[in-house]
Amino acid sequence: MAFIYNKDDNNIVTLTMDTANKSVNLINEDFYKSLLENVMKLEKESNLKGVILASAKKTFLAGADLDMLYNINAAKTCYDIVESGKAVMRRFELIGKPIVAVMNGTALGGGMELALCCHYRIAVNNSKSKFGFPEVNLGILPGGGGVARLPRLIGLESSLPLLLEGRQLNAVQAQSKGLINELASNEEEMLSKAISWIDSNPNYEQPWDQKSFKFPGGNAHHPKNAQMIAVAPAVLRKKTRGNFPAPEAILSAVIEGSLVDFETASRIESRFFVQLSNGKVSKNIMNATWFQMNALNSGVSRPKDISLTSTSKVGVIGSGLMGHGIAYASAMAGMEVVMTDVNQESANNGLKRIRNILESAQKRGLIDQEKMDAALQRITPTNDNKLLKGCDLIIEAVFEDRDLKAKVTAKAENHLVENGVFASNTSSIPITSLAEQSASPEKFIGIHFFSPVHKMKLVEIIKGKMTSPQTLAKAFDYVLKIKKIPIVVNDSRGFYTSRVFERYTGEGMTLLTEGNSAKNIESAGKQAGFPVGPLAVIDEISIGLAAHIRDQSWKDLKAEGKEIEAGPWDGVIDFMTKEVNRTGRAGHGGFYEYPNNEEKYLWPELEKHFPLSENPLSQQEMIDRFHFIQAIETVRCYEEGVLTSVADANIGSIFGWGFPLFKGGTLQFINDYGLKQFRVRARDLSKQYGKRFSPPKLIDQMIEKGQTF
Amino acid sequence: MTSEAYIFDSIRSPRGKRKNGSLNEVTPTDLLSKLMISLSDQHNLETSLVDDVVIGCVMPVGDQGANIGKAAAQYAGWDTDVPGMQINRFCGSGLEAINIAAMKIKSGWENLIVSGGVESMSRVPMGTDGGSMVFEPKVSLKTNYVPQGIGADLIATIDKLSRSDLDAFALESHKRALEAQRNNKFNSIIPIYDQNGLLILEKDEHIRQESSINELSKLKPSFEFIGKMGYDAVAQEKYPNVEKINHVHTAGNSSGIVDGAALTLIGSKAIGEDLGLKPRAIIRSIATCSTDPTIMLTGPAPATRKALKRAKMKISDVDLIEVNEAFAAVVLRFMKEMNIDNTDNLNVNGGSIAMGHPLGATGSMLMGTLLDELEYRDLTVGLVTLCVAGGMGIATVIERV
Repeated sequence: MAFIYNKDDNNIVTLTMDTANKSVNLINEDFYKSLLENVMKLEKESNLKGVILASAKKTFLAGADLDMLYNINAAKTCYDIVESGKAVMRRFELIGKPIVAVMNGTALGGGMELALCCHYRIAVNNSKSKFGFPEVNLGILPGGGGVARLPRLIGLESSLPLLLEGRQLNAVQAQSKGLINELASNEEEMLSKAISWIDSNPNYEQPWDQKSFKFPGGNAHHPKNAQMIAVAPAVLRKKTRGNFPAPEAILSAVIEGSLVDFETASRIESRFFVQLSNGKVSKNIMNATWFQMNALNSGVSRPKDISLTSTSKVGVIGSGLMGHGIAYASAMAGMEVVMTDVNQESANNGLKRIRNILESAQKRGLIDQEKMDAALQRITPTNDNKLLKGCDLIIEAVFEDRDLKAKVTAKAENHLVENGVFASNTSSIPITSLAEQSASPEKFIGIHFFSPVHKMKLVEIIKGKMTSPQTLAKAFDYVLKIKKIPIVVNDSRGFYTSRVFERYTGEGMTLLTEGNSAKNIESAGKQAGFPVGPLAVIDEISIGLAAHIRDQSWKDLKAEGKEIEAGPWDGVIDFMTKEVNRTGRAGHGGFYEYPNNEEKYLWPELEKHFPLSENPLSQQEMIDRFHFIQAIETVRCYEEGVLTSVADANIGSIFGWGFPLFKGGTLQFINDYGLKQFRVRARDLSKQYGKRFSPPKLIDQMIEKGQTF
Repeated sequence: MTSEAYIFDSIRSPRGKRKNGSLNEVTPTDLLSKLMISLSDQHNLETSLVDDVVIGCVMPVGDQGANIGKAAAQYAGWDTDVPGMQINRFCGSGLEAINIAAMKIKSGWENLIVSGGVESMSRVPMGTDGGSMVFEPKVSLKTNYVPQGIGADLIATIDKLSRSDLDAFALESHKRALEAQRNNKFNSIIPIYDQNGLLILEKDEHIRQESSINELSKLKPSFEFIGKMGYDAVAQEKYPNVEKINHVHTAGNSSGIVDGAALTLIGSKAIGEDLGLKPRAIIRSIATCSTDPTIMLTGPAPATRKALKRAKMKISDVDLIEVNEAFAAVVLRFMKEMNIDNTDNLNVNGGSIAMGHPLGATGSMLMGTLLDELEYRDLTVGLVTLCVAGGMGIATVIERV
């Protein structure tokens, strides 16, 4: 039973949504079935005055059941489900009596669509409530009549950003955009407003069902809209590079839908919905950002038998680029923070950077003065290690140098409380070897943050050989508490994220040595779906740092008596750092020139040092190399046990270094490509460009067993 | 060096009704490009070899504006080398596209042309493009402009065609079309699917499943009201011996307003051999003409005479004829002028009265229907002719090879 039907003395029926056994109302096949039964009951009422649609939950209606949606794979089935659901909503809309949605809480996606199907919307002005159409972020579109109704309600120009960007509005914003008609200060007032609206609109029809209907602001052929419609596809393409079909489909469905009647617009919307919902991109996005994200957050990589831990006092050693960000994130989560540096001045500078982050958030209205002051209050900047006393977690974020890290560990770890955990924010030095320098290696762990810490959501937790399950649980719970996404990996050189990400920059540099133009390489990187090209990104990180990390690892390997294998990119790193001394952005130029106050541009002399080939590779060939090299390295990590779950791999790649979301992550990329086809293409790339592309054995085994990642 | 023009194929979409019609949701560019994809797929066509795309469209504005021929070729994913244009010979546009293609081939300058037409009358209604013939008073007054329906009623009046003559003709059109549909004779139809491969429309949906003289006779005359407002007087000024115009045309004995598209692939013998395209017919002759613009719809007979003369043929040499059923009186006038006393060989599978007349596409559709029927009956010579606004007429004679 999804609805409670209640007719009052005034002949107003209140339909209250109450999805069984769930904390929120969800739209699924049962929901539509139940809605239909209730609509048929309403149709039989002889003296019906109006209908109020309400919710028995804290929120109004959360949207469609993604489990259901994700598992529909046949176009016809999908189309029939969507169309029959919409037919029920349409029948409800045309009941002939006024319908008011009383929105006690959040209405997103399908929830907002059902509200639009009602004739009038009143919401409680509650700061927690969110309204809008986030479907685009899942790679789909509002397929419950939202694309057909919203533009008919508020016009093309106002509806397009809401549908294309998926922005979630609060009640006041939603009212100003026209999504909500009226606000109420509490539920009682909302209900009385609903009744009085029904009283004064006994024969209400939706605007689009009225004979006199005119498209607000004109339809897509109105001359006033011509310029906006002409440039809209270009605006979109600039953002998506054609890699995200959802916004393109939404734009088409809105524009085309505005030129036909409501029923036809609704059908056009359904067809585009099926196209998106059955497409690979939406499945990839949902798989990563919904299913696998939920799996991570629910602790798939956390030791099961250890109860929830809490962290109250965090020590952060180093207040630089990473340190101040870690201190900020911890303080924002309500933890007491001691941030140390070599002298008081540096520590104070770190605090100043934190204040800057907070002030810019305050300017954008994301945080109030009170919260800001409280956060700053919780941070103690100091050069006195003794203040670390009583910390239950200390994270060091000093320069990537083994000896330095050993020194700070020794100085700080004795201040930890009993069972306290010491963490290193290293991005490259194996945790097991660092732990050896600690008095309690079982309480030592890697917590690898990404820069800038206050923006980057991912945190890579690295277990050393000796790291105890209690230590892992503590690190995991801490990361969730500071509202970051924890992935858990086993120790390896570069762990997971740095190790795979380096393959991207390495491949970019290799392509340069093969005579491909830097411009084409950078374009291919962006077209492949990465936020920036491989040369630009290594400039940002610093080619000098890359050289340093590599040299350190070569030194380590040599000490261990292991073989060192240089790649084609190593020559480029050496050339840039040793011969022309261009170490990156911070070093006043790398692959790019960085003129003051002007846009950067590729170093013009690159072509002199890396002569262009007469047969440069196609863009697609380079794109494939970027995707494949990272996917293959990820499979190796999985094979070696560095990674223990597919979710860690996919989420880590998307949120760690911007592996394309539309591919669903490094391992999902292989599912999307098809394992057999992937192996064929990898072999082909391996033959042409080197054995780094050769498909790992795990792929063979999985193909044999008919498995996917 | 000149060469002969061959027809390799002619395909069309089903025709969708205007009101609640299935094709209303399909934009005309999309509709046309679906046919293009189907054509190139069916023949495994290397599209870069297409010298031109010539598309008839009578309301080339809005959804159909800005050279829909080129837009559709691009959207269909055809090679960037393929040019395209849109032409307007009013109701003759689809056949004019074929004729232009034939001339391009016969000149020897071009080898392979995709001709055709498109009209989504539910999305871009008649009159949307404005124009001086109707909307510029000094032009309309000087030329004694009247709407086509008045011209059709004028023909009926002059030729003493009664309402029941016209309704009987219309009924026959429906019967024949329904019979042809039931026997799956419209081989040239390409079903229209959406982007998910789900069927949108596979058959002409304007044909009435049940129609009767009784039902047809109940329909109101369509042009009486505007005729009485003044158009009758404007026509009578040119035809002073007509005492009174009988308004006998109705929605039932005039062509239906529908959505549709069609393509006809035309080329030289040599390119056919190179690409393995089998010629189905040779284009023997083409013609256009013009007659009095007020009566407007008497062009088919003079156009046919011109075309037959060029082909060195007589009307009796023609095995099958497709005359567009813009209005019932148009076909009956054509028969009278050409001394054809029965419809045994004429519009044998019905016509635009039953199936609808998607203005820019009809000429190309009639060619496909004619070609299929010539093959079905194993006959040789065929004629397509249409009346065209402004008093014009157009005709094409083909011969199976």
